[in-house]
Amino acid sequence: MSNTTTTAEHQPIIVRRSFWQLAWRELRRAPPTAWFGMIVIALYIFAAVFAPWIAPYSETELVGGAYEPWSAQFLLGTDQLGRDFLSRLIYASRNTIGIAVLTTAISFTLGGLLGLLSAVLGGWVDQILGRGVDVLMAIPQLIFALVLLSIVGASLINLVLIIAVLDSTRVYRLTRAVAMNVVVMDFVEAAKLQGEKIHWIMTREVLPNILPPLTAEFGLRFCFVFLTISALSFLGLGIQPPTADWGSMVKENATLINYGNITPLLPAGAIALLTVAVNFVVDWFLHKTSGLKG
Amino acid sequence: MNAIVRTILQRLGLGVVTLFVVSMIISLAMAMLPSDFAQSILGQAATPDTVKAFREEIGLDRSPVIRYVDWVGGIVTGDFGMSFAGAGSLSGNRRPVIDLIQPRLMNTLFLASMTAIVAVPLALVLGMLAALYRNSLFDRTVNVVTLTAVSSPEFFLAYVLMVFFVSQWHIFPSLAKVDANTAFFERVYRCALPSLTLLLIIVAQMMRMTRAAIINLLSSPYIEMARLKGIAPRQIIFRHALPNAWAPIANVIALNLAYLVVGVVIVEAVFVYPGIGKLMVDSVQRKDLPVVQGCALIFAATYILLNLAADIVSIVTNPRLLHPR
Repeated sequence: MSNTTTTAEHQPIIVRRSFWQLAWRELRRAPPTAWFGMIVIALYIFAAVFAPWIAPYSETELVGGAYEPWSAQFLLGTDQLGRDFLSRLIYASRNTIGIAVLTTAISFTLGGLLGLLSAVLGGWVDQILGRGVDVLMAIPQLIFALVLLSIVGASLINLVLIIAVLDSTRVYRLTRAVAMNVVVMDFVEAAKLQGEKIHWIMTREVLPNILPPLTAEFGLRFCFVFLTISALSFLGLGIQPPTADWGSMVKENATLINYGNITPLLPAGAIALLTVAVNFVVDWFLHKTSGLKG
Repeated sequence: MNAIVRTILQRLGLGVVTLFVVSMIISLAMAMLPSDFAQSILGQAATPDTVKAFREEIGLDRSPVIRYVDWVGGIVTGDFGMSFAGAGSLSGNRRPVIDLIQPRLMNTLFLASMTAIVAVPLALVLGMLAALYRNSLFDRTVNVVTLTAVSSPEFFLAYVLMVFFVSQWHIFPSLAKVDANTAFFERVYRCALPSLTLLLIIVAQMMRMTRAAIINLLSSPYIEMARLKGIAPRQIIFRHALPNAWAPIANVIALNLAYLVVGVVIVEAVFVYPGIGKLMVDSVQRKDLPVVQGCALIFAATYILLNLAADIVSIVTNPRLLHPR
């Protein structure tokens, strides 16, 4: 036996790391695609938050003639009314991403709440909600949004509420599916026997155990909502002018494409890039949390 | 065969019931109209008399239930009601909705079939190759390309293709103008760009799903057993993997064809193709509600039908689901 061991304190075998240290260790192991995704998302958030300081001109100010080419004064030229394209592109990040995040948050709260309620309560609450959601999902989302928007008009609040309600059906489905797996476990039954209230069971027993798939779903839902809002704005039924928005910017400047000018592709490319980045991060997250093979 | 027929009939019944409920929702939307919409439709001709006559004509003075029954009764006989366009004009030449919808529906079906015929085999082959050679360079490249295609908005892909094929190489026209008299090959030429855009999106989605389904299949215990037994790879694929792969693959095809129904709306708007998607978008902008309702019903019916097909195929090809205890 070694005679250097002392009876004084031994080094602990299990090293406790803080949450941030563990998070950093996971980040270091992430694949390059996930890193790419996270950097791109950070850049977008930076542009959205600091837009008034980064953009050279304002969002709605007429600074030149219509459709001016790329120059030193207007880095990406001007749009169909004479507003600076680059500034509108930067401000649009704020509008589009902000509205998409808001809509996703509302849809997630609504769908998650109903899904948890459905899973915990079961019985006829589950049946009614389930059938209702099935019927709402039987109509394709874009079509249903078009029908509703044609009736109530395309204002911002209508857009947010309609898309949030339609998207909450998918969140409901997923939440109910994963929550069902947790609700049948013993600790939930024990909590029910103890007489815990519904809201306690939902938020303190079930919810913490289903957070990983829900977080991944938040990312995917954000992508879908983001693409839907852009598509609706492209069709002229989403975010209305003069608010800068990537979808409507593509539509307004579309004639430039016939002359081989790729400026209108930039807002569309911005949409694609953000969606790809979020997809990469969500892919990595899913891979980590579910240990999928292949 | 009895079990299969019974399953199909059950599911069809369910689909019909869902379609009825969907039609109720769509018609309910009519009841949500703000009260002054009649004025906005009639425009300059909106005197109190004409407004009242208009409201009577479209049945807003009757109860919603009677209106719904009338509408459904009309649809079953092929009468989708009258369009709102031209409601205020003195000659009162409002056209029946079915006249507007029918040629457009044919156009959209042509575009969709043209795309589907090429897309389905291509996606299946690519998906299977990617699954067989997974984690190779081919697989990784294809993965990144399809992820980009799936994540991009449809109009982005449409305009990128337009820049290359129209502005740079001058191969195809940028506006897909077809009408009832266009010859077949001329039609194919004009529809090539919209079809190519849809093809990219659909192939990307189907390929990803096929790859996932086959990888899932290839990691099953019985495939591993076959490999351990020393069976040749081709035999493993054809005799053990493929018969079980039809169910998820058919599911994938049906779901993506359902997506085609929706994706067609944007593509038709970009290329100004006279299809039912463009009709719906235009009618929404003009607030021409009977047309919107008719189009929405057709879209919903197609969607329900295709999802139903996916459902039926996955039940019928899985003996455990076909004969439940």
